[in-house]
Order: sequence, then C-alpha cells, then structure tokens
Amino acid sequence: MDLARAHTTVSVERATLRLAGLKGADHEGTPWVNHLVDAVRAQTGLEHGVTTPVWDALRRGQAPDLLTLAQKASSGGVSFRLPEGSDLRASRRAARVAVARGVRTMDRQRAARERMVATVGDAPRTPWVYLIVATGDIHEDIPQARAAAEAGADVIAVIRSTGQSLLDFVPEGATREGFAGTYATQENFRLMRAALDETSRRLGRYVRLTNYASGLCMPEIATLAGLERLDMMLNDSMYGILFRDINPVRTFVDQRFSRQVHARAGIIINTGEDNYLTTADAVEAAHTVTVSQLLNEYFAKEAGLEDWQLGLGHAFEIDPDLPDSFRTELAHALLARRLFPRAPLKWMPPTKHMTGDVFRGYLLDGFFNLAGAMTGQGILLVGMMTEAVVTPWLSDRDLALQNVRYVMEAAGGLTEDFHPPRDGFIQTRARQVLSEAVDLLEGIVHDSDAAGDPPLLAAIADGTFGAMKRPATAGKGLDGVVVKAGGYDNPATSLLEEGATR
Amino acid sequence: MSPDTPGAPGPLVRPFGDTTGDGMVQVSFTLPLPHDKRAEGAALQLAAKMGMSPALLVHAKAMGPDFTFFVVYGSVTHLVDLREVHVAEREFPLLTPAEVNQAVRTHLGRKLVVVGACIGTDAHTVGIDAILNIKGFAGEKGLEYYRELTVVNLGAQVLVPDLVASAREVGADAVLVSQVVTQKDAHIHNTTTMSAAFREAFPAGEVPLLVVGGPRFEEGSAAALGVDRVFGRGTTPGEVASYLVHELVEPRTTPDPRGVQR
Repeated sequence: MDLARAHTTVSVERATLRLAGLKGADHEGTPWVNHLVDAVRAQTGLEHGVTTPVWDALRRGQAPDLLTLAQKASSGGVSFRLPEGSDLRASRRAARVAVARGVRTMDRQRAARERMVATVGDAPRTPWVYLIVATGDIHEDIPQARAAAEAGADVIAVIRSTGQSLLDFVPEGATREGFAGTYATQENFRLMRAALDETSRRLGRYVRLTNYASGLCMPEIATLAGLERLDMMLNDSMYGILFRDINPVRTFVDQRFSRQVHARAGIIINTGEDNYLTTADAVEAAHTVTVSQLLNEYFAKEAGLEDWQLGLGHAFEIDPDLPDSFRTELAHALLARRLFPRAPLKWMPPTKHMTGDVFRGYLLDGFFNLAGAMTGQGILLVGMMTEAVVTPWLSDRDLALQNVRYVMEAAGGLTEDFHPPRDGFIQTRARQVLSEAVDLLEGIVHDSDAAGDPPLLAAIADGTFGAMKRPATAGKGLDGVVVKAGGYDNPATSLLEEGATR
Repeated sequence: MSPDTPGAPGPLVRPFGDTTGDGMVQVSFTLPLPHDKRAEGAALQLAAKMGMSPALLVHAKAMGPDFTFFVVYGSVTHLVDLREVHVAEREFPLLTPAEVNQAVRTHLGRKLVVVGACIGTDAHTVGIDAILNIKGFAGEKGLEYYRELTVVNLGAQVLVPDLVASAREVGADAVLVSQVVTQKDAHIHNTTTMSAAFREAFPAGEVPLLVVGGPRFEEGSAAALGVDRVFGRGTTPGEVASYLVHELVEPRTTPDPRGVQR
C-alpha cells in the first residue's frame, strides 16, 4: 500500500486528464491524453503530477483550452514548467475545479443507476445471470446483448479484444474490428449502455453492463466506466502481474486508483480467482483462491469499496473424473460464501475440463449451476457447452440459459435446506482449505528477498501465486511508473479520498 | 465381401445408430427464421440436402422472434470409403509437460531457452500468449508453466533486429514468432525477413530453431519461408513443447555446440 501511494503511473495521470474532460485522438489514433502526458513528462517529469504543469500552462495562456493545449503539446509547441508560490496554488485550484467536474459526472451516473434500478426494477433474483458477448464489432454486439438480456441475462459482459490489456493507450470511438472481443472505448461503452437502458425499460429490469479494467490502461478504463455508467468491472489485484506479466509496481499503483474510481462510481468489481484454477489443479490450489480473495478484499476495502461491491471470484474447475468432485466443489463454494457473507461472489463455470464433448459439458454446466444454487452465489457466469470449441453460438447461449433457468427454478431454494452436517466431508474439506490458506498467508507475511522488497512483492517474485515468478523490477509497463516527489498533486486522488465533489 | 454392402466391416462404412448399416446421425442447427411450419419445412429441406433421408425433425424451438433451433435425426445416404481417408501424421510424439521437463533435464542438462514475439506491426499477441503465457490455451498450460523451459516473451510489434539481439543475448534454443495479421501477405513478408535476418546473424548450424505460427500459414510452407516449422490454427502449447523436445532435446548424432557454451 505504501508502495502504491509512493508512485504514480502514466495511466493514472491520463485517467486524471480524462476526468477533466480531455478526450479524442489524433488522426493516427493516439489519444490526446497520451500526447499531453508524454509532453509534460518529457519537460518537467511526472513526479509532481501532470495536472500542475498543465493548468499552469493554461493559466499562462499557452492555449485557450485543454484540448488545444494537448494538440499544441503533441507537436512540441508548449513549454511546461513547475510553477511556484501563488502560481502553484492557483494551478492546483484550477486543476481541481476541472477534475471535479468529471468526478461529479461519475456521481451523477451513480445516482442515475440507482434511480433506474428503483423505477425500472432490479434483477428478479440472485444469482444474477451473467452472459458474455464478443463479436469484435460494437454494432454486432448490441443486438446480441439485447437478445441475451431478453433471453434472461441480468448482466452483459463485453469481452475485450485480445491484446488490449497490453496496449498503453485506450482506443477511440466506436470500433468494428476486434480480435476475439471488442475494444473497450468510451464510445463503445456509451453505445452499449444506451442500448441496454432501452432494453431494461422494455423488460422492466435493469440490465447491468460489465467490462474489463485490467492491463496497462486500467485506471483510464475504470474512469471511462464510471463516466459512462458501467455497472461491473473485472478488476483483480494481481491478475495482470501473474497472467499478463505486467510490472507488479505498475499494477498495484494502477489497481489502487482504479478501485478508488470503482468505489466512487458504485461499480461492482469482479476478481479473477478462476485463473488460479485454470492454471493449477483446482483441488491442490484451492487455498490460493481463498488467499487471493482475502487479498482482493483487503485491497478493495483500502480503496473504499464496500462489501456489496466485491464480486470475489471462484470457479468450478475440479476434474470431474475425481471421486467426490461435486462434493469438493460444494465445500469450496460454501467456504467462500461463509467467509464473505455480504459480498456478491462471482461463480465461474468449468472451462478446463470442457473437452469438446458438448453433451458431457452440458451436464457439467448443470452441476455447476446446481452448486451455485445450493451455495447462494451472487453472480453466475453462464457456462457454455461449446467452451473450448467455438465462440458461443446463438443456440449455445439459449441452451445454456435454459440450463440455468431449469436449475434455478427447480432448486434455487436449496440454499435454505442445504446445511452440511458437522464434521462431515464438506466441513472437513472447507476447514482444510482454510487452514492451508492461513499457512500460505503466514508464509507471505514472512517472505523476503534479496532486494528487500515488501513481503507481498517478494512472494510474487518467488512464484507463490499461480506458480509464476514476477520480480518487481521486470514486466511490461515498468517505464510508465514514476516515484512521486514531495509536492506531488493529483486532484482526482484527493477528491476520491476526501469524498469531495469540488 | 462386396464393397457395395453398406455397413459391412470393410472399406465402406456408414454411421451406426443401433443397427449395423442404419446410417443414423443427429444434427442440430439454427435457421434465421421465425418458428412456424415453413421454418420446419426449411429445416427438413436442409437435412435432405445434407443427405439425410428419411429425416425426422424431433425438436424445434423459437429463440427470440427471429430464430429457430432444430434437432434432426435421420439416416444418411452417404457412404464413407476408408481407402480414401488420408491421415496427416505428426512427425513427433505428443508429450505431457512432465515428460517434456524430464526429457530436457535428462538429455539437455540445462534449461531450454525459448524466445517468443509478434513481429512487424502485428499487435495481436493472442497466438504467442496462448502458447507462452501460463494461462495457455485449450486447457493446456503455456510454455511458461514448464519448469525446464526458460521463456522470454517479447510481446507485440517487436522489430526483427531486436528479436535477433534478444535471441543472442539469452542464448535462445528456439524462437517462436506469431503472425495473425495477414493483410497484403504481411505474415509471409515478416516471416521471410525474420528468417533471413537470423541466418545472416548466426553462423550456420547455430541458428536457433525458428518456429512460426498463425491462422493463415499453409501447412508445409516452412521451407519456402526459411523456418523450421509452421504451426496453424488450433495449435496447443503441448504440441509446440513436444516439437521443441523432438527437435532440440532428443539425443543427436552430433553434440549441440550450444550445449557446451553455457
């Protein structure tokens, strides 16, 4: 945490400019926020924050407005400086006024969501049914998302184009070409939210929209989500480090900012514990899920998120050929439920043991749904029997929703009846996982490395999580990390931490 | 046995439902039609064109106002001639991660070093990441997961000279290059540039194993591209790891000069 507070990143600074209303890109698609942050970084550095030199330049009349300033700066036409004395104070004040407008927009969007849920109606029951669309083309995604909502989805997730997590800029505008997903852009967010608002009104229930605040632009994407009223965001404290080889310091700094934004915007975060189980054995690694949930909860609370915003993840990934595999799944799912009684918990379907035998896969998804019903999960990501075969067809989605509906209607009330006996198989297994988790946490607390990193960084560096070794001095995006100077100022962080609106 | 006896064990076979020679198959599909009698007729017409005769429409269900899902059972009129079935054999055995690690430990006695990248303007790391990232692909973990492999993933838009330099710096045994973008044959151009650069930069016999992958490479085009192996769509990390072991680790007739350098 101290580490996250001691640094800033190019993406945090760009997110701050986005809150101040800077948007758009040059004809090559490079956003103006990137140009402006790069120009300031080249001249004064970012250790005092981007806003002070920028609003100082505006006060000195270098450009009439922020957009023009960014455009001029991109061709080297602006000279930035670090103001002092009264200039410094005035620049900071001006920056805060500008950034506060964006924060208030997020506040208004949050209020708009609450109003819509109250007037239109909420999802009729939990778990919320979570469905993914991903065509690459926002104009194709929209009809698919509406069809999915009409067929019963409570939450629509638009999968991002593969590789976006490693882009150090957010693409602009409505996009029609993605690879195995659709780019997360402000305009795409706006278009989809508007379409789902219309569908929500027609269906009489508010359909939530999900995207992914991960990768190198996590703070900016979180900000755009807040501005455009997305309702849930994938946001894991360590996923980028472990599975995308993004620098640990960059990740923790970006994470903290994005979680503060999510907290303010009333967005529910979804964490990525399923990934531990797809890369390691789901029985052996069960305790790493618990540890990750606890870490995610800690980082979330620290950033101001409340329990209802914690979609902590876990998944149904035990090898179905193992004896008692379903009982073990129930033990794991119930453990998470009991550990985090007020969090909505995101329950994710089998992927690893989906073999292409779609019939067996359909059965497995049915058991997954049943485990979700019996243990009272909050968000249920709908499993597809064609997992690992094709991106879901219309019929796959329809069959999958029938599966969910059948289980929920037939057995949704089982949470009430399902009380595993004391010291039975399920309780014993849950206790074992919990004690392994405690041991692992104790190991992390006492971890150290030659570089003298904090224990968690040392643990990440030596491969404690997901069997991946990620040293703090390596990984993508490290060059975008800046140590803050004494006079660092970021009005966005101040407004978020103070809960202020001006 | 007469070759025109359908269902008899022999060169000609038919699908098996519950009786030899019944030819029974099941298919499911969706038509972009509202569910009515006409849609059902359309489904049966499609079944007939697929060679199902008689076809039995066992299930039809509307999916929203504009689509209908069908399940059709029927006997296909087609025969399969086993004499005309050709199987492309993989030139290397498929190994489990444990077997790969074991082979590297036993025969190489050091880590096998793999450098991966997307070259040119290609920013689609999906292919290289599926093979290298621990998250992997199709339920298989990526090469980073293999204890005996050292993986250096350079990511997207890597320049060929940088790739060569990195390969030299880490002493790469193999270089994996992914090419997804195929506009104006960019994948062909990039690959030949890359292979030429490696052949120029390394003495003969010491060039790392060059492996290229992407959805649009033709099978058997490795020689023309100047690389050692081409992998196509759907390749899994396990296949790549097995190939690397086959090429680099299994006992060789001549000692590998790279083996003694480090």
